[in-house]
Amino acid sequence: MEYVIIGNSAAAVGCIEGIRQVDQTGGITVISDEKYHTYSRPLISYLLLGETTEANMYYRPADFYKKNNVTFMPGKTVTAIDPKAHQVCLDDGAKISYDKLLYATGSSPFVPQMQGLERVKKQFTFMTLDSAKALDKTLDSSTRVLIVGAGLIGLKCAEGIRHKVADVTVVDLAPNILSSILDDDAAAMMQKHLENHGLRFYLNDSVQQFTEDTATLKSGAQVPFDVVVLAVGVRPNTALLEEAGGKVNRGVVINNKMKTSLPDIYAAGDCTRSHDISSDTDRILALLPNAYMQGETAGINMAGGKAVFDKAIPMNAIGFFGLHIITAGSYTGKAYTKIGENTYKKLFVSDGLLKGYILIGDIDRAGIYTSLIREQTPLSDIDFDLVFEKPGLLAFSREKRAQILGGAK
Amino acid sequence: MKRVYVNEKWCLGCHLCEYNCAFAQTGKEDMALALKGKQIHPNIRVEDGDNIHFAVNCRHCDEPLCVKSCITGALSRDENGVITIDKEHCIHCYTCILSCPYGAIVPSEEGAIQKCELCIKTTQGTPRCVAGCPNNAIVFEER
Ligand SMILES: Cc1cc2nc3c(=O)[nH]c(=O)nc-3n(C[C@H](O)[C@H](O)[C@H](O)COP(=O)(O)OP(=O)(O)OC[C@H]3O[C@@H](n4cnc5c(N)ncnc54)[C@H](O)[C@@H]3O)c2cc1C
Repeated sequence: MEYVIIGNSAAAVGCIEGIRQVDQTGGITVISDEKYHTYSRPLISYLLLGETTEANMYYRPADFYKKNNVTFMPGKTVTAIDPKAHQVCLDDGAKISYDKLLYATGSSPFVPQMQGLERVKKQFTFMTLDSAKALDKTLDSSTRVLIVGAGLIGLKCAEGIRHKVADVTVVDLAPNILSSILDDDAAAMMQKHLENHGLRFYLNDSVQQFTEDTATLKSGAQVPFDVVVLAVGVRPNTALLEEAGGKVNRGVVINNKMKTSLPDIYAAGDCTRSHDISSDTDRILALLPNAYMQGETAGINMAGGKAVFDKAIPMNAIGFFGLHIITAGSYTGKAYTKIGENTYKKLFVSDGLLKGYILIGDIDRAGIYTSLIREQTPLSDIDFDLVFEKPGLLAFSREKRAQILGGAK
Repeated sequence: MKRVYVNEKWCLGCHLCEYNCAFAQTGKEDMALALKGKQIHPNIRVEDGDNIHFAVNCRHCDEPLCVKSCITGALSRDENGVITIDKEHCIHCYTCILSCPYGAIVPSEEGAIQKCELCIKTTQGTPRCVAGCPNNAIVFEER
């Protein structure tokens, strides 16, 4: 059996580990247009922050490919997939045959049309180790940075560079920062924290026009800058699969075994469309844990095993300047709220189930909440008041605890 | 594999396991000297209710969500099934805390996370929490 994987990140690694649970001998070829050993993409902001080094960014140890008997082809781009011939074509003209293919191409930064953007010489996106290194080279203590986008990636970038530059200004169309994971009050709390650490925000606003060194915003404000970072959002890389005739609906369409509409082709990670069980809707979940688990599921199935992944939910653990946020699920239904100084807790309940939560500051044992969402545990089975107050196993029945802690079946 | 299992009805709520865990982490000889006047940061924690007490530590799951979700690869499962943390590699994003269904992973003082590793890096053999339990409320065995 010959397995080919396009991409070399979380989904690809999950796939390799999934395949090797079932098949220890089949050949695995990994093709990646990035030239690096598999690295943790979220660490690029920690690299700029000085909390990790390039040598320490590996997502799996140095002997990973060797141990798993993987042929690694770094710095090669797949230019076409031929599903009939079961082949992929590379930019150097080579053709590689597969019995099973994993499509794990991830996502790319989305750069909207903005007037005058072509005149900005130092402009970057923030997705890859190369982009982080290129950005870093332009920064010194006099640099003024304008970041377009107050989402997770834009703000992680802001945190990473704040200590080395003169100022960081963030512009976003949305009225709130981190609008994909926080509600209004939580966003206001985080914004204050970030402002206290020297970030400046223009929200409900957008760049109307760039000159070489100044952005004029819709509100009329003028923001002088030396460097621009574009972090408006990411889009799944679906083109190759679509050209091969595969079904795409914003993301690659897959079933719960991670199979695409094309024979012997599976897909996993940021390039796919997931089913979010907390809102019962299909959506793009560009999250690393999701990518790994989809990849592992794909790998097991590609190797002839049986696995399904049908518990996807949005979930984020992210910190800024020492203040931590953990969120999961969807924010629908009745809200239970507890707000303190620099702590924030909101749980969302509907149909007798926990649907989502937001925690800031006190994130102790948050996974107990995540599990209630993921397992769709009826809240009538537990002591909800207790678990809201303080997540713990005390809120569960004795029988449930005997299973969890006592190994009872 | 051998794990730490809880016999809930035997637990007195004495919290000795927490002290023994913290002691094991210090690598010192004398418990009183090692812990006196210090706030302890155990990897096993007792929950107390009305006449209910039980200890909670890592379950060393066969399908470990923390390991699968770890964004850096700092958490891994060794050949014996023990889930361990490479603190040098951990970036304290707390995705594992988001993922653990039992709340068995906690932030550590050194700016990483900490969790039960069944004493494989410290005292080895029977985990110190179990060895010191006065009432067999936690045991180390296959089930
Ligand atoms: C700054 C930053 C911070 C983040 N922080 C978090 C976080 O805290 N928590 C979290 O859950 N997620 C976070 N994410 C998201 C996380 O990185 C992604 O969800 C994860 O990397 C997705 O993995 P993947 O394997 O699907 O794809 P990717 O990591 O995108 O990798 C896909 C790879 O495939 C390659 N590729 C694409 N097309 C081709 C081709 N034709 N030929 C060859 N190679 C190709 C790409 O170049 C890339 O190397 C963050 C992302 C960024 C940028």
